[in-house]
Amino acid sequence: MELKLKIWRQKNSGEKGAIIDYNVKKIDPDMSFLEMLDVLNQDLIKSGEEPVAFDHDCREGICGMCSLVINGSPHGPDKGTTTCQLHMRRFKSGDTIYIEPFRGTAFPVIKDLVVDRSAFDRIQQSGGYVSVNTSGNTVDANATPIPKPDADEAFKAAACIGCGACVASCKNSSAMLFVGAKVSQYSRLPQGKVEARERVLNMVKQMDKEGFGNCTNTGACEAHCPKGISLDNILNLNREYIKAKIRK
Amino acid sequence: MDKDGQMLSIKELADVLNVSQKTIRRHINSGKIKSVKVGGVHRISREQVSSLLEVEEIIVDDLINIGLERGFPYDSKVPSGDLKNKWSKHKGTINLVSPANKRNIDIIVVGTGLAGASASATLAELGYNVKAFCFQDSPRRAHSIAAQGGINASKNYQGDGDSDYRLFYDTIKGGDYRSREANVYRLAEVSANIIDQCVAQGVPFARDYGGLLDNRSFGGVLVSRTFYAKGQTGQQLLLGAYSALNRQVNRGKVEMFSRHEMMDVVVVDGKARGIISRNLVNGKIERHGAHAVVIASGGYGNVFYLSTNAMGSNVTASWKIHKKGAFFANPCFTQIHPTCIPVSGDHQSKLTLMSESLRNDGRIWVPKNIEDAKKIRNKELKPTEIPENDRDYYLERRYPAFGNLVPRDVASRAAKERCDAGYGVNKTGQAVYLDFAAAIIRYGKEKAISTGQDKDNIDLVKSLGKEIIKAKYGNLFQMYEKIVDENPYETPMQIFPAVHYTMGGVWVDYNLMTTIPGCFAIGEANFSDHGANRLGASALMQGLADGYFVLPYTIGDYLADEIKTGPIKTDTKEFDEAESGVNKFIEKIMSNKSGKSVDYYHRKLGKIMWDKCGMSRNAEDLRSAITEIKALREEFYSNVFVPGGADGYNEELAKAGRVADFLELGELFALDALERNESCGGHFREEYQTEEGEALRNDEEFTFVSCWEHMGKDKKPKLNKEELNFKSVELKSRSYK
Repeated sequence: MELKLKIWRQKNSGEKGAIIDYNVKKIDPDMSFLEMLDVLNQDLIKSGEEPVAFDHDCREGICGMCSLVINGSPHGPDKGTTTCQLHMRRFKSGDTIYIEPFRGTAFPVIKDLVVDRSAFDRIQQSGGYVSVNTSGNTVDANATPIPKPDADEAFKAAACIGCGACVASCKNSSAMLFVGAKVSQYSRLPQGKVEARERVLNMVKQMDKEGFGNCTNTGACEAHCPKGISLDNILNLNREYIKAKIRK
Repeated sequence: MDKDGQMLSIKELADVLNVSQKTIRRHINSGKIKSVKVGGVHRISREQVSSLLEVEEIIVDDLINIGLERGFPYDSKVPSGDLKNKWSKHKGTINLVSPANKRNIDIIVVGTGLAGASASATLAELGYNVKAFCFQDSPRRAHSIAAQGGINASKNYQGDGDSDYRLFYDTIKGGDYRSREANVYRLAEVSANIIDQCVAQGVPFARDYGGLLDNRSFGGVLVSRTFYAKGQTGQQLLLGAYSALNRQVNRGKVEMFSRHEMMDVVVVDGKARGIISRNLVNGKIERHGAHAVVIASGGYGNVFYLSTNAMGSNVTASWKIHKKGAFFANPCFTQIHPTCIPVSGDHQSKLTLMSESLRNDGRIWVPKNIEDAKKIRNKELKPTEIPENDRDYYLERRYPAFGNLVPRDVASRAAKERCDAGYGVNKTGQAVYLDFAAAIIRYGKEKAISTGQDKDNIDLVKSLGKEIIKAKYGNLFQMYEKIVDENPYETPMQIFPAVHYTMGGVWVDYNLMTTIPGCFAIGEANFSDHGANRLGASALMQGLADGYFVLPYTIGDYLADEIKTGPIKTDTKEFDEAESGVNKFIEKIMSNKSGKSVDYYHRKLGKIMWDKCGMSRNAEDLRSAITEIKALREEFYSNVFVPGGADGYNEELAKAGRVADFLELGELFALDALERNESCGGHFREEYQTEEGEALRNDEEFTFVSCWEHMGKDKKPKLNKEELNFKSVELKSRSYK
């Protein structure tokens, strides 16, 4: 396969970026999308140029480090798939592919396609945990039975990999699916209920502080989420938030 | 020491003689060493030291007393007494640091996977000041997240006869009797507590309809002790540890340094006192001082280039401390997992694991006729067109008792043997089939009979069977289809072994301290618990055991002597030297203006490792690997090209540093494999096998941990041997026939 690539290049957060054209040849349909970029980068290095910077690590769809907006779609055209699990057989020889970073006010570009998603860490630090000591002096794991439907719902919300595709896909750059998933996971478990009120207030406060936008129910986040995190989590976030506000 | 240097304290004498302080005290009490008491403390005259060194009796006695035969120079600090009471006794007698003093002590943790994140959180909660480092953009990305299957714990919730002892025994046996008894027992002992802890943190484990925790069985043991969260156990456990870490960040007790790489450890007066790091965003070289440094940076499987590790997984932190004095243990003990998706071409950047559970229902085979294999590789024949009689179910043929469920190392070697003989099936010839057709029919017939449908209607039976397979392995089949673009319900899966986990690592004592005082290693980075082969679902258990429950106690034993040290200054000559070493390395690596890329060298190294130090090894290949790696390393420094600058984000530069260390580790790896003249666990030496081609262990000569000591650049490393004493189990050979 031969492809035309139009890639966002930006030296660092301070400088302006632009779309630059590249051609790649001898692309095997069995390659992953990131392996195709590896080929491009090896070519660039050979000709003495700097390779395209992009985030990636596990390359098996679970760490959440890879990003990339491919032809306008975060993580590319396949549903329920991270960029690293997208394969080149999805494209045709001669295709033109646009590759841009995950954009959002709270996700500044570090270089090329690499963005700073530390805002997500700070939201989690503001309350995304159960305040339990980790020294092991706790009750037996089976002392509190959890109804299977609750456990299953909590698990579904906990499947979020924190990649930020929800933010990148949202016209408001809202992080409510991400925050909603964490709030929902804990609100469905007895261990998390104790601090539910403080948690949702603190996490929403931090989310606003980071510059994420509000939700206007377009549903783009759910459509682009590689882990299928449901919009119900946003509903639940609103419910928890209102509950917390009323109890104030 | 006193002012004129004539008198030694007990500690100083112990250091000089390389024995424990207890030994010195005992000799003082027995009168063998004469001491003077000054203000209540013992002082020994320097003159006595030289005379002591000549008294053979004491030296031999000392070595035996600290359990170190054949001259192993370090004390593994395994407590005396009954195996079951060692840990509680140790916890009850080691030194502690008071809460008021903990807040004056700083600890650096490198790596934020299960071990690093759990250790950072717990140390911070105890009151220490923690600085945590990871190279990824967030601690949540660490590769622990990719673990699928589960985590073992001896809870015995199923009432099927599990116990601490059984978990201990399975782990020791599974490790082919090359791990330390006391450490493994402790691991089993704290395992149950891990589950309690994680549930309290809100980790959503799988539950049954009664709301209680569910278990499954795993990896050829006889009980169901594996807790799981679908196929994402590693993710959920890591996010649990990450949340505990976040809580401490919020409290201001952990300072988090993401996108930072540890470049070196700083040793001052023989103690680890900090690190030099590189900020991967702006390229700044930074100094960080601390009273202790904890390495939790995972394993080194990426020395093979292709592995199931993440792209960034590296040995750098472990290797840097090794070069500053930490022994590196059993580097050749690597686990090669039998069920991974095969390499599809030269572009391959990493390999993906398919859960071991698939072997419960899949039958592994290759064509019986070599001509058929050739036709399949040329796509002239489909596997489904090969009749039953022309298939070689080689595991069932060689190991009738265990069949497709032999342990990982055995299954991997058997696949390699068939592919090497020319029977491999995908376009590279490096794959075997994992076939579910028989299981689909079997399940389908059962279902047809139990629901009163026609069991002779083959289409109906197949469709019923597929439903059952889908319920059991649906997500794995989907993942396979996404990567390979073949439907595994219709055609057999292709699989091949891949490097997965490294049992070897930094040598640590019972306190998890390395041979550099104040420097600790936890999780996959250390060598301690899995011997020559790790059992499934035990890596998560060890990472969290070390981080939550072991290190936070044992580190106090060392830090108790540090309460008066005060803040660690970083404007000293040791920090200057370490930093300038880092800068020199970067200058050197950036100096070539053209040449080959870092990946070129990494791939070449990986090929040498895989071909000559992989699933089976022999002396000749290992010797040539050592020569080739040396030559490749030289070429690397003279010809590697790293574009861009050092003063900003530059992934090529980060990779170059990691590959430079792999190029050194690879050589030690081969040397270790060459010196271990036996086959055990993941280490198979072709010269040491039975007539039937099975591994031949040599307990008489090799029941020891190989502890490699760095002797300086271009000098042969020194092999120290920590003898392993088995008192609670009998050494047996593993047979799966």
